[in-house]
Amino acid sequence: MNILSRFGILLFLLGFGLWLYTLTLNEFTLTESVVKTIIKPEHQATLGTKLTPMLNQTYARGWAFTADFDRILNNLNAEYRTAQQWDKVIYDEYSFAISKAAAVGPLKTQPWRWLFLTLGLAALGALIFFLPDLQRLSGISNNGVFQNPATNRGWIGWLVGTFLIGFYIFLYYYPQYLVNWTMLVDPVSKALNGGEASRWFLYGFLYTICVVVMGLRMLLKYRHSRYQQVRTLSVMFFQTAFAFLIPEVLVSLNMPYFDFKNIWPLDYDFFFDYNLNGLIQSGHLGIFMLVWGIVLFVLGVPVMTYFFGKRWYCSWVCGCGGLAETLGDPYRQLSNKSIASWKIERYLIHGVLVFAVVMTAMVLYSYFTGSSQVLFLDSYSVRSAYGFWIGGIFAGVVGTGFYPLMGNRVWCRFGCPLAAYLGYWQRAKSRFRITTNGGQCISCGNCSTYCEMGIDVRAYAQRGQDIVRSSCVGCGICSAVCPRGVLNLENLAEGSRVTVAPEVLRGNEI
Amino acid sequence: MHIVIIGNGIAGITAARHIRKLSDHRITVISKETDHFFSRTALMYVYMGHLRYEHTKPYEDWFWDKNRIELIRGTVEKIDFDQKTLHLSADSRVVKHQPTLLEKLTKTVFPTIQTPQTLPTELKYDKLIIATGSVPRWADEYPRELAGVQGLYSFQDLELLEKNTQNVQKAVIVGGGLIGVEMAEMLHSRGIHVTMLVREASYWNNVLPHEESALIGQHIRRHGIDLRLSTELRTVKGRARVEAIQTKEGEEIACQLVGVTIGVMPNVQFLQNSPLRINRGVVVNEYLETNLPDVYAVGDCVEHQQPREGRKAIEQIWYTGRMMGETVARTICDTRTAYQPGVFFNSAKFFDIEYQTYGDVPAQCPPDVASVYWQHPTKEVALRINYQKENQAVTGFNAFGLRLRHEVCERWLKQHQTIEYVRQHLPEANFDPEFFERYEAQITATL
Repeated sequence: MNILSRFGILLFLLGFGLWLYTLTLNEFTLTESVVKTIIKPEHQATLGTKLTPMLNQTYARGWAFTADFDRILNNLNAEYRTAQQWDKVIYDEYSFAISKAAAVGPLKTQPWRWLFLTLGLAALGALIFFLPDLQRLSGISNNGVFQNPATNRGWIGWLVGTFLIGFYIFLYYYPQYLVNWTMLVDPVSKALNGGEASRWFLYGFLYTICVVVMGLRMLLKYRHSRYQQVRTLSVMFFQTAFAFLIPEVLVSLNMPYFDFKNIWPLDYDFFFDYNLNGLIQSGHLGIFMLVWGIVLFVLGVPVMTYFFGKRWYCSWVCGCGGLAETLGDPYRQLSNKSIASWKIERYLIHGVLVFAVVMTAMVLYSYFTGSSQVLFLDSYSVRSAYGFWIGGIFAGVVGTGFYPLMGNRVWCRFGCPLAAYLGYWQRAKSRFRITTNGGQCISCGNCSTYCEMGIDVRAYAQRGQDIVRSSCVGCGICSAVCPRGVLNLENLAEGSRVTVAPEVLRGNEI
Repeated sequence: MHIVIIGNGIAGITAARHIRKLSDHRITVISKETDHFFSRTALMYVYMGHLRYEHTKPYEDWFWDKNRIELIRGTVEKIDFDQKTLHLSADSRVVKHQPTLLEKLTKTVFPTIQTPQTLPTELKYDKLIIATGSVPRWADEYPRELAGVQGLYSFQDLELLEKNTQNVQKAVIVGGGLIGVEMAEMLHSRGIHVTMLVREASYWNNVLPHEESALIGQHIRRHGIDLRLSTELRTVKGRARVEAIQTKEGEEIACQLVGVTIGVMPNVQFLQNSPLRINRGVVVNEYLETNLPDVYAVGDCVEHQQPREGRKAIEQIWYTGRMMGETVARTICDTRTAYQPGVFFNSAKFFDIEYQTYGDVPAQCPPDVASVYWQHPTKEVALRINYQKENQAVTGFNAFGLRLRHEVCERWLKQHQTIEYVRQHLPEANFDPEFFERYEAQITATL
């Protein structure tokens, strides 16, 4: 590692370390006015009174404050439950809001400075770390991938995986412990949508930073491949503009928060009552959003997939795909290529698709009939089960948390219902395929190893068969790493896909 | 019928697979190198950390049970051709696959082949296929016993290289063929300074025409390899391990590793002094039959008695090994089939430059053949097309840094399309990924 890279990694670690350190900053004091503003009037007499012991006590650590608050709230709710006073139980998510409101300190007074010192330094350090790659002659650069503890499930991989899993668990289920991090991005949030940053704003901000910084790394790494460069610029653009900026600006204009490139059933709450009502009540634009969302999955998916394969979405537009192709690129070689894992993949991903469709049908039934009971099930429990197990645990905690352990497409490969739907069209009716170049394959295994979707590409290439697989996201890395120019992503006449391997390979005249 | 194959490389394994496709015969494959078939061409990527050894196996370990191909890890010490019996080394063993947990869960488990628990040291065959591959060519100047002097061909060579390059700063590679440049790339990837001694005046110029040879030579130098042309080795110096080499010009170069990559030769040593006809390799007729009944040979170890026009008697290429495997399976299971490689093709990669060749592009252009060559003014991209002067029919393509479509090039060569036709239809042969810069306009303007 040269000096610049060393400096970069040190800067990154400094920024990252300071970012973790910010969780200890600020003091937390519950004042009368905080209780007045955050707690709803109907809970003032109950919860408000119970909070008296905490009043005007100063906590040096946010988590102590939050833990105390959570205990008071939970005790109160437990009392109600024992007394079977179900209507009095408080479900409001006060913890995050009250912790944030009670905070005083440097993150509130100097958020810009701390944003630069933490995420700013980390991003800058990462870029400086990647920069010396320019000294290398352009070409495939996978040297040492399987000798590096970061990319070979070594100690760094486990450390990063543990951090990511922990991050997602806190973000989804205990956001009240991350209020300090949301304060870092409050000024950005205010500039974009006028309000303070929620945990989702924090997540969107981090997500975009990761896609942009690691996207720049991708642009450097594949500077010899225009396909990779154009594709990477595309995911960087869609994440920054469509997933991050446009929805926030819409909110600032009093429009519904809407990501124009998110498609049901990946966007599983599209048909939830609050979303439908929100759109319908937002005038022409809202109606357009509703129609756009439906047209995307009814027409957009089959038509676009017919012409380009599912890559038009999965590795060019999608946010999950965007993160996988940038932040996840160093881990693509860790996906399992065995037939056994392919079998598991097919059951899981189609199972999730069925779950998503059934759940949505129940939600719509409830929406139109007003009855939450569908057959013997409560549609609200089904949808919250989907949200918890699929939307949270599978897509987030497992999907991204396991990047350094199981590869960068765990969610896209095993869980994403939209990927299953796109994949169906890709296999059934599409011009897309990966062409095998005659008999030139030497079975080296680079294509299979670097396939993030766990497709055994070589199995096809070495028998002269085109790769037509529902899971292929068309990232094009197999073609890039092939040392013999055997693989090429092509959109040609539908019937010209070679789906049956020739008896003997090209070049043999027997 | 019991078919025994000695060697689990591309030739032997292709034969086994195709025999299984065509028949129900009992098949046994013996290897002294590894338990399972792996891609020899990928060994370099294991050293460089692109792959792990497991990734170089083209088939999962259950594949052999599923296809009832018995695997033996061991050495054939002697063959009794009269008794149709192989004598195996005492350490030989049957390769068995223990299904993994994932395989059990997903029922990717196949009945194990019924083989005796203890392997008899004698094995009877009805038909024998010899597919023993190559060994590195060697010369007297290289002391085999000196630590740090080695060739690169087998899995064991790779293990040895791993051992030999611990704390090595400088290496010398002797010989400038394909394995030489691969070895240079491997060592370079670990930060070892490499000096390459090449006897010829230009890199690989017995195969590549002058311009291509110069292009690759320059590229190798751009990677920081000290490429010494017209340089030969005189001696290797060192006591416990190699310390330096001396060139024929008398220059001494300090190094801790000497890579001997002056080519490979058929691995037939153990067959000497047997009724089997051996010249440089196992001599076979056009049906890949040896002089003995029911004994065939395929792949690198073969020497063709009467090579087809324009082909060499010994052709150590991945693709020809595969074709011989496909062919011999037909002869054994179906109908006696002659080995008929079609239009020649080959490929390689020199550091970052991919190379593909189709048809016939000799280093020295014959008098009745014309040759047109285009090279990008700044990038390392080049294309050569050869054609007959008399009827303008194209005879061969050399592509560097751009990918050509095998099917199209083969068709043009078979149909004897004219150079003019090829010029006009060049985009059809392009196999570069989408958005890549297209060079056809420039090429057509030049050619």
